[in-house]
Amino acid sequence: MASREEQIDSLPVHQRPSPRELGRRSEAADNPFKSDKQAAAPNLKPVADTQLEMPPLVTSTLQKQRRVIAAVDAHAASLGLFPGMPLTQAKAMVAGLDARDADPVGDGRELERLALFAVRRWTPTAQVDAPDGLLMDLTGVAHLFGGEKAMARRLIGFCHRIGLDARVAIAGTAGAAHALARYGKERIAICSVQGELEAINRLPVAALRLDDRQRSAAQRLGIERIADLIAMPRAPLGRRFGASLLHRLDQAIGRVGDPLVGIVPFELPQVLRVFAEPIGSAETIARVMANLADDLARTLRERGLGVRLLRLVCERVDKEEQIVTVGTARGTRDIGHMLRLLAMKIETIDPGFGIERMRLLALRSEPLAPTAIDADLGMDEEADIALLVDQIVARLGQGAIYRPTMCESDVPERGVGRIAPLADAMPWPTLWPRPARILLRPERIDHVMAELPDQPPRRFVWRGVAHVVVRADGPERIRGEWWRRRGESYAVRDYFRVENERGERFWVFRRGDGENLRSGDLSWHIHGVFG
Amino acid sequence: MSTAPRPHRLQALIAEIQAIAPVSRADVPCLPFGIPIVDDRLAAGGLARAALHEIAGQTVALGDDAAATLFTAGIAARASEGDIFWIMAQPDLFAPGLACAGVPATRLIQVEAGKDDDALAIMEEALRHGALAAVVCEVTRIGMTATRRLQLAAEEGNTMALLLRRWRRSAQDPLGQPSSALTRWRIGCAPSDPLPVPGVGRSRWQVSLVRQRGGHPDNWLLEGCDATGRLAVPAEPRRRSATPKRGEDRQAA
Repeated sequence: MASREEQIDSLPVHQRPSPRELGRRSEAADNPFKSDKQAAAPNLKPVADTQLEMPPLVTSTLQKQRRVIAAVDAHAASLGLFPGMPLTQAKAMVAGLDARDADPVGDGRELERLALFAVRRWTPTAQVDAPDGLLMDLTGVAHLFGGEKAMARRLIGFCHRIGLDARVAIAGTAGAAHALARYGKERIAICSVQGELEAINRLPVAALRLDDRQRSAAQRLGIERIADLIAMPRAPLGRRFGASLLHRLDQAIGRVGDPLVGIVPFELPQVLRVFAEPIGSAETIARVMANLADDLARTLRERGLGVRLLRLVCERVDKEEQIVTVGTARGTRDIGHMLRLLAMKIETIDPGFGIERMRLLALRSEPLAPTAIDADLGMDEEADIALLVDQIVARLGQGAIYRPTMCESDVPERGVGRIAPLADAMPWPTLWPRPARILLRPERIDHVMAELPDQPPRRFVWRGVAHVVVRADGPERIRGEWWRRRGESYAVRDYFRVENERGERFWVFRRGDGENLRSGDLSWHIHGVFG
Repeated sequence: MSTAPRPHRLQALIAEIQAIAPVSRADVPCLPFGIPIVDDRLAAGGLARAALHEIAGQTVALGDDAAATLFTAGIAARASEGDIFWIMAQPDLFAPGLACAGVPATRLIQVEAGKDDDALAIMEEALRHGALAAVVCEVTRIGMTATRRLQLAAEEGNTMALLLRRWRRSAQDPLGQPSSALTRWRIGCAPSDPLPVPGVGRSRWQVSLVRQRGGHPDNWLLEGCDATGRLAVPAEPRRRSATPKRGEDRQAA
């Protein structure tokens, strides 16, 4: 019996006899999807060979009205797909291919981030080698990481941790390293000193950073290896392919210099003052603040920046830090303005036993070009509201000052948005009368006498006061926004403008259209007061 | 006889008084209402631009408060080109409603100051800043000294200062205490004219000038702000309410 079961198990899934054929009719049939999941689960556990589990992944770009593969993963490459292949052909070859759009801009951004990280962590000079590489100058650096080989291994390990598949080549010239990293046999290629020529001899011509025209011309002439190029006389080569090919070749084998243009990380503009004696009095702190603001303004002017977020850090004798942060509505390097904002917060600084270092940093800054002074030498200058806004923000906080703007909603509570005080607002249409004061939440009104379906109330009681309606206007029907909440799908509010015998005007509404109970419970509410 | 030097003395006295009192019809730039019966009664021929004015609702009722709000908005809208600061204690102002009285969102900047002290300090800063068309501040309580400071700030920054006095629950008259505002106003709702068809017409307000420096109090029945912030005289004068008793108004101020 056991041997029969083993036989059945050894069969592929689709060839196994069904339970019915085996005579087990009492067995309950499983949910087909449930059984799928159970079948998939044990397969996922041993992640020995993820390539077999994940569908082959390729990215594609549009090239002359057809989609062409831009990059392939290892699994796709093992199936015979390669960059430059038409996507339709690839899809015909491989069923279940995972094809996605390439994102060269995003790739470039990520590479730049990686280069910035490399500058901080690995080497002072790093450069993005578009579209898929990073050039790092290891001169005088490798020994800090245990030699070139160890460093290359650590680089690959780091890339693996952040989810990248990397290849590293170390060579005397950038061109040779570029060629070896892309076309070399090993994952880590280390070129011996002066050995660039031998190292890249066997590599294809495309490794030389050539343009498309040169590459296809070389292919047409049957020049495959770099060795073939080197063996040819230089003068006809230059005439046929252009001088840039010779230049690239010379760069790769070290005959011509190929300097790296290192990426420069943005450094926060900051200034520092250290005191011989700890300071504590408010006047001294204010004086140092003035000096720091002066220095920072100079730094910002040299770099063409204006500060948006300013932080003053006071380091006390007991290593506690007192931090004051102020923001500005527009980039500025005006000393007086920065000082005024800082001075408003000066009482929050607790000097303790004394402050021994003070640091002023521009946490966030934006480009600020010098502006021309008008012909009247700035005598009759319009005062800038941004300065006033900053003072108010420093006093009350960020949310306290705003400009109202129209939001695209007919529901009154949602129709008013808030934007920054210096932003441009969208105006409301003035076609419909709207109240001057609005209640934060609509309030229920009682004892309402009104005819259905669309008559205004005749009288109502609000906050214990009875109002007799003399004149009324309406209804203005506002429907619920079904795309926001399910409960609003059928909701209706009928708004009326009513005037009582004293002349006071109210904005009242009834929930529901008076015909369909799903639209509301016919309760009356007051929402605002007209002038 | 010493009749000859008297004109000189008189002129000297006039010059002295003019130096003390900054308000006079001739040299102070002012904002007329555009309604002759109101402008003629105002000492400067309108509201002085660089000065403090106080506005309150007639009663504690919310309708009167809303009328005072729109009256203030109308003045601020016409004050001059530029942004309007609206400093408030509670966020119950409805900006679309102000847009109907001539203050579009593109000119309005709202400031939420929880306490009266903060509100007044910000108002003073905004007035001294000088780039704004008008600064409106909603307060319940303010002392004589504070109004004096605001008046000086308004003169210095050449900005119109509008104090919107709101009633508290305790029903204490906000215009009960003295203040150094140039004019003090009380706005109340009045029944509007019935239209020939069902509906609500233009709102109508009882506008009382309860005190002004260098002039007499008065009281009018006017039609509310239109979309540019202008008031108007009702079309039919015979429908006006009875003339008010001036003695009471003066006492209230």
